[in-house]
Amino acid sequence: MSLASHFSYWVTIFLMVAGLFIVIARGNLIKKLVGLAIFQTSVYLLYIAPGKLIGGTAPILAEEFKVYSSPLPHVLILTAIVVGVATLALGLALVVRIRETYGSIEEDEILAADLADGETEAGR
Amino acid sequence: MKNDLVLRVVAKLFIPFILLFALYVQFHGELGPGGGFQAGVIAAAGVVLHALIFGLDAARRIVPERLVETMLAAGVLIYAGVGVAGLLLGGNFLDYFVLSGDPVYGQLRGIFWVEAGVFVTVSGVMLKIFYMFAARGRDEDGEEA
Amino acid sequence: MSLAPHLPALQVVLPLLTAPAAVLLRSGGAAFLLVTAAAWGAFAISLGLWQQTAGGEVISYAIGNWPPPWGIELRVDRLSAFVLVLVAGMAAVVLPYCRQSIEREIPRDQHYLFYAMFALCLTGLLGITITGDAFNIFVFLEISSLATYVLIALGRDRRALVAAYQYLIVGTIGATFIVIGIGLLYLTTGTLNLADIGTRLPQVSGERPVLAALAFLTVGICLKLALFPLHQWLPNAYTFAPSAVTAFLAATATKVSVYVLLRFYFSVFGESLVFDRLPLPGIMLLLSLAAMFVASAVAAFQDDLKRLLAYSSVAQIGYITLGLSFDSQSGLTATIVHLFNHGLTKGALFMLAGCLVAVAGGSGLARLAGIGRAMPVTAFGIVLGGLSLIGVPGTVGFVSKWYLVLAALEKGQWWLVMAIVGSSLLAVVYVWRFVEIAWFREPPAGLPADRRLPLSLQAPAWLLVAATVYFGLDASFTVGSAAAAAEQLLGMTR
Repeated sequence: MSLASHFSYWVTIFLMVAGLFIVIARGNLIKKLVGLAIFQTSVYLLYIAPGKLIGGTAPILAEEFKVYSSPLPHVLILTAIVVGVATLALGLALVVRIRETYGSIEEDEILAADLADGETEAGR
Repeated sequence: MKNDLVLRVVAKLFIPFILLFALYVQFHGELGPGGGFQAGVIAAAGVVLHALIFGLDAARRIVPERLVETMLAAGVLIYAGVGVAGLLLGGNFLDYFVLSGDPVYGQLRGIFWVEAGVFVTVSGVMLKIFYMFAARGRDEDGEEA
Repeated sequence: MSLAPHLPALQVVLPLLTAPAAVLLRSGGAAFLLVTAAAWGAFAISLGLWQQTAGGEVISYAIGNWPPPWGIELRVDRLSAFVLVLVAGMAAVVLPYCRQSIEREIPRDQHYLFYAMFALCLTGLLGITITGDAFNIFVFLEISSLATYVLIALGRDRRALVAAYQYLIVGTIGATFIVIGIGLLYLTTGTLNLADIGTRLPQVSGERPVLAALAFLTVGICLKLALFPLHQWLPNAYTFAPSAVTAFLAATATKVSVYVLLRFYFSVFGESLVFDRLPLPGIMLLLSLAAMFVASAVAAFQDDLKRLLAYSSVAQIGYITLGLSFDSQSGLTATIVHLFNHGLTKGALFMLAGCLVAVAGGSGLARLAGIGRAMPVTAFGIVLGGLSLIGVPGTVGFVSKWYLVLAALEKGQWWLVMAIVGSSLLAVVYVWRFVEIAWFREPPAGLPADRRLPLSLQAPAWLLVAATVYFGLDASFTVGSAAAAAEQLLGMTR
């Protein structure tokens, strides 16, 4: 149970926490999406790293190979990557629209504008 | 970048190879690394390169927005259509075994069409995303200028 | 060729096929007809599945004829069939309402895309409920979530964009937590089939990753089902989304997340791990009570009808998880029955609120002053729905609370009965707030003279109001199905 033998887990945990921290701590909507992407990347690593068998080949049956890596994690993560791309694209599209209507991508400025919206509505 | 001779020549040289490589990745997907998703992205990248060098309008003339929108829907229909074909031929949904008299050949046929559907949808989606973002930035610049 | 054995696949494929077809059609009217037909078809299929599983059989369907646990399995038991009926039924009722509703809220050239997104959202929700594969749950969850973000962003108000963005961030974090949990389970057991994970987990040596998986899954799913205090995304999303979208989401999305939670707790981790050895029931009880009281109290201070109803949803989710925390047959019955009943009630309420918005031009309570005198029938419907939120006998809300109280008494916890009654009194406060504004204030001058509503807005809403009363008087379908589903769930682990 040494540090080195769990190397991939340490990287995973670092990416996970770093990504989540950026999402929470940054007020810029684009930076939040960057954090979200990093957070999702940690999951890709969580799945992919244990799927690799050292010395194993791609799982295509052949006489000379006996040890194969599992292909399933890759397939799963390909799906997760597609989902991640779609989420990022949608998130960026929303940010573009927000920038167009609010003129800002800073969370605090947008919330202040929202508050003003709410007050004019209540005052009506 | 329309006026840069080097870029134009290199792009013209490269784009056919990019598209050819996309097809290689597509049809080689059953035997080695590759498949519809990767191939679709590569093919879309070829068109994106064209748009970067020769302008968005030039790319839109070759691959019109309407075609892109049709592609992203048609691919899903191809994929689901393979599934329904399995149903109609007496198997379960997405059952490739029944697609041909020989089960192994049925599997090959099923995966071929499914990957074709993935290719069409993915390249469509990638181009759609690129077109939407690229066009928006332009219109806005036009307003500010 | 008989279609009967293929119903599980068709349940998902039918709405899935209509989404790209709607994009290809490029016409709002044609897309509307297609998606509505598919939703009614899905509703018929779900009723068929409910009938097939009512006797306690479990339907297993192997996608691509690859037998589970190697292939992806669709698995329908009583609980999933019951939730399928709710989701498909709500889609079938809400879709006819969409036509007129989005006519007023969304530009016409985007209508066909709206229906495509709606079909995808429905596909995702049905897929989550029917699949027997852990990773598939994540995929369908993201399909429905991505469609949901788009649908919310279509709202008229610019704040809809921010609401959709916030929901996207929180929803993606939730979904990623879920996929981390699933990944840890996959690493420890080597399988993704839910039933297979369930049988292999007890043999796993070294419990720590399993506990970590449980923690990630619980937090992730609770984000999705908006359990207090993870509900921050919900009020804005429900307030600024188009009315039809709010009605559909409030009736189905959080309910499906509750289903996922039940599925993981009872079919995968097992009751003994979750409820007997961990302090989870206590935490859940505490959070449920907090939701019931805090969210109800917050609801009473809102200045916007849709936001008021949204906070009430958070409170009602508290009742759903309260039943779960009892870990008893009657508690679980209350959970499952309230999942259905609250779906009906909130669907009806948000649709009627949408009718008011269509006339008054906004859902702010200031705009709705005196609306009870101007539109007595619609406002009366809202009061009927409100009575169900309170739990007055003769409405579905009463049935749910009755079973919750029974479950609490079974545990011998009188103070919980008092808490349930006390939080219902808070519901009286926020429902009364609407009554007071709607009837005891002067209508503003700006209310349009033409207050007639098209039948397609009123009929679906009143159908659901009628259902809240009907199932409140004759609860044999809802309680019968819920009790049978609870029995089957508990039988899985004992």
